[in-house]
Amino acid sequence: MKQYMLAVHSVAGAPTRSDEDTQIAYAQTDKVNNELQAAGAWVFGGGLLPPESATVVRVDDGRATMTDGPFAETKEQLGGFWVIRCADLDEALAWAEKCAQACMEPVEVRPFQGLPEN
Amino acid sequence: MDLGLVYREEYGRCVATLVRLLGDINLAEEAVQDAFAVAVEKWETLPPNPGAWIVTTARNRAIDRLRRESTREARHAQALLLYQKDEPEEVGPVKDDQLRLIFTCCHPALAPDARTALTLRLLAGLDVPEIARAYLVPEPTIAQRIVRAKKKIRDAHIPYRVPRAEELPDRLPPVLTVLYLMFNEGYTATTGPLIRTDLCAEAIRLARELAALMPDEFEALGLLALLLLTEARRPARLGPAGELVLLADQDRSRWDRALIAEGHDLVRRCLRRNRPGPYQIQAAINAVHTDGAATDWPQVLALYDQLWPLMPTPIVALNRAVAVAEVHGPAVALAVLDDVDIPGYHLLPATRADLLVRLGRGAEAAAAYDQAIALAGNETERDFLLARRAGLGR
Repeated sequence: MKQYMLAVHSVAGAPTRSDEDTQIAYAQTDKVNNELQAAGAWVFGGGLLPPESATVVRVDDGRATMTDGPFAETKEQLGGFWVIRCADLDEALAWAEKCAQACMEPVEVRPFQGLPEN
Repeated sequence: MDLGLVYREEYGRCVATLVRLLGDINLAEEAVQDAFAVAVEKWETLPPNPGAWIVTTARNRAIDRLRRESTREARHAQALLLYQKDEPEEVGPVKDDQLRLIFTCCHPALAPDARTALTLRLLAGLDVPEIARAYLVPEPTIAQRIVRAKKKIRDAHIPYRVPRAEELPDRLPPVLTVLYLMFNEGYTATTGPLIRTDLCAEAIRLARELAALMPDEFEALGLLALLLLTEARRPARLGPAGELVLLADQDRSRWDRALIAEGHDLVRRCLRRNRPGPYQIQAAINAVHTDGAATDWPQVLALYDQLWPLMPTPIVALNRAVAVAEVHGPAVALAVLDDVDIPGYHLLPATRADLLVRLGRGAEAAAAYDQAIALAGNETERDFLLARRAGLGR
């Protein structure tokens, strides 16, 4: 089995979703989460608060400094993610399709380091 | 004994089988190359089953190599090999392995450019300089595409398996596209001389394997028929001075009758099944072109009308317009072309130019030929257009 991160990417400045759509997305995502758990593919997952709530910590010469805001000043920000466990990329892509449909955002699939384990 | 021939025929099959046994493309390639190096030294005559000999030797070589290494990955691969120790000692290349590997090489998660390069490398056994020459792309670019694709297959764990029936609608088309593009690049090279036979031959060989392995996938049969019927006309496509000869002017006695018969047979099988798809219809169009003494244009047009909803691309619109010209005359066809736009494609202005000539609009035709000449990448086609352009003055 191999682990993959399914990262939900939101684009800042994109038209905001209606409350109704947000509720639908939450409900659909809950359903996919249950499916993932039932299939034994679930490792972890969750939605993140907006990038304004982020703090970046850097260590230089043993001294930590903190800065307010997200690391990357890009329009695309991580909105949430799943970590799933499955046999191969095809299975991960099939889950990603379900996840993208449910949360109504593009989902990036990235394999974790390390060899597959049985 | 022609070792080169054995290499071309067996390389892809052996690599595919070794990929299954070893679970790693790089290891598989190294092992098969090692085995061919041993063959060069040891073979005085061909063994009865050269493929099986290569696979067995490659497998033993890989085990030796892995025993010498002690990395975690090597142990992993060795475990895979030992896991399969119940198999008979003499293992031959398995056809299904090639099919698995084609689907891996053409996986939609890989960049389209990389799919073709990887398929040529692993299944056709072409090396990087050969692929670079075939596509007139610098060698480092091809090498990088292949390295990246192999790394992604390994890192993201793209599986080596034939997709399930329900996945095939998504997964078969990219495979067919790779083979079609490979053939096309060989048949009408984007730049340089017109025809590169090796790419055509490889595309047909792989299309044959695919059709044999998936006899119920009628689009795969359609693709094979399309390639065969196009290839059949190749001997008549160039005149004595290497100049381009149009379909209507070709010496039909120079067409390859055996390929035509095979292609027609496949088209008839597809027709009986009656589940038309884009490749089957294009094959049927080429079957009409190669049937009898002259093309039955109304039938060609009817087939294009059937193809259009399935494949509404500007190229299909252009080809359909050529059939319209034959059935309804050049003026109607020219009006059809008004709605077609294919930026940078020389055959659009070239076709317009031909229609304008037939309508007696010489000045406009000359301008259209100039446009086409400026866009044509390969020498043979450019020479052909220059000759047509020069013919206008007379």
